[in-house]
Amino acid sequence: MHTTPLNAFHRDCNARLVEFAGWEMPVVYTGIIEEHNYTRQHCSVFDVSHMGRVEFRGPDAGRLLERLSTRNIGQAKPGMCRYSHVCRDDGGILDDVIVSCFEDHYLVVCNASNREKLLGWWQQQRRGFDIEITDRTFETAMMAIQGPEALQTMGRLLPFPIDDLKRYRFKTGNIMGADYFVARSGYTGEDGVEIILPASFAAPAVQMLVSQSAGLERPIKPAGLGARDTLRLEAGMPLYGHELTEDWDSITAGQEWAVDLTKEFIGSAVLKRIKAEGPRRKVAGFELEGKRIARPGAPILHNGQEAGVITSGTQSPTLGKNIAMGLLASPLALPGTKVEIDIRGTKTPAAVVPLPFYKLGT
Amino acid sequence: MVVPNDRRYSQTHEWFKVDGTTVTIGITQFAADQLTDITYVDLPKVGAAVEGGSHFGEIESVKATGELYTAVSGTVKAANTRLADEPGLVNSDPFRAGWMLKLECRDVSPLDKLMDGPAYDSMIAET
Repeated sequence: MHTTPLNAFHRDCNARLVEFAGWEMPVVYTGIIEEHNYTRQHCSVFDVSHMGRVEFRGPDAGRLLERLSTRNIGQAKPGMCRYSHVCRDDGGILDDVIVSCFEDHYLVVCNASNREKLLGWWQQQRRGFDIEITDRTFETAMMAIQGPEALQTMGRLLPFPIDDLKRYRFKTGNIMGADYFVARSGYTGEDGVEIILPASFAAPAVQMLVSQSAGLERPIKPAGLGARDTLRLEAGMPLYGHELTEDWDSITAGQEWAVDLTKEFIGSAVLKRIKAEGPRRKVAGFELEGKRIARPGAPILHNGQEAGVITSGTQSPTLGKNIAMGLLASPLALPGTKVEIDIRGTKTPAAVVPLPFYKLGT
Repeated sequence: MVVPNDRRYSQTHEWFKVDGTTVTIGITQFAADQLTDITYVDLPKVGAAVEGGSHFGEIESVKATGELYTAVSGTVKAANTRLADEPGLVNSDPFRAGWMLKLECRDVSPLDKLMDGPAYDSMIAET
């Protein structure tokens, strides 16, 4: 099992560590709901070093990434990050990634569970392209600092200003020989930054963040993967293996915004057809009655007939509601549709609701 | 972790505390920690009969759903109604305020086969 450069920090913080995608990761420190609420109200730091960080370098890097990505990468200027899907010829989603465009190369951040699969896929697809693909995952660390106070608090702690950083833009800097990457992005539905730095600098950096901010009125506190999941779910963000899989495509996943059909890429022909015909099924949001949580795999029923399947569910700490996402027959995937969810044999009334469940500033 | 030695423990992390013919049932701190923040506990009603070796209820957390097992048969004398509004009591005080059921039992001897505190402690130390 891999450990991140922050493993000792997690242990010092009494985190409960679990295996996740081959990495030992903190699922919770003090309590998932407590960490969730602190992130919504103040600011938390998440270790996301398990995510893959892969560099694309060479004259054809942009051209290859354009072919591999559903989003328009070629038009990205240095300093910009683009959320994108990577799919197969048949439209099946291989992963969702963030591509950051540098002056002379690109950095692709992918899911930990998909890193090796993608490295293999990219090796297959790079033939004929003048490009070098380097996995930087193990020589770097990554943390996400998220919450309404993240920018302000981090602004005081970083050696360069970030208040002028726009969403999905990044800056780089160098502190005592260590290259830093700071992007205004995240996976919580809050404002915040994601930082990449050399592995050996990560532990002192997180110590510094937590200890220097300890003097502030609202210090940065660590939050685990448990809170990260409930935060992303409230924000209606898809999770690979749940809302995104090789079994369906980006349009079915409700992520059409992340697909640019004006360009050619692997899978674009199929996606154009699905767009023209309309997807048979679509990922939708649900609000359930009662307190029993719909877990992935729970059947969704309409008029007693199976019409879909739940992909994620939880009790929303922010809204106090029982929420879920699931794949539903398209004609039904409209807000207001009444359905039932079969929770371990009990039919639970639910309604389709718009996504996201939680939006910043509402 | 030190667990109370005034009760018995199942492999599935429930505890059973005997007081005459009444057996109080709950889950251990270890189980509550594993489940993470508990959001819902589904318990049988007073008067219901539960059978030893079968599940009597369900527990849900932000992350997972689990079943609750009893090692003894009995009739439900009381269910912890506080858990409906404060399921987090199972996380914060699983051995006392977070109890779940009180059963009236004819035969508490099946509990003799369960672990005592030190035995349970060493079992969870190995996981």
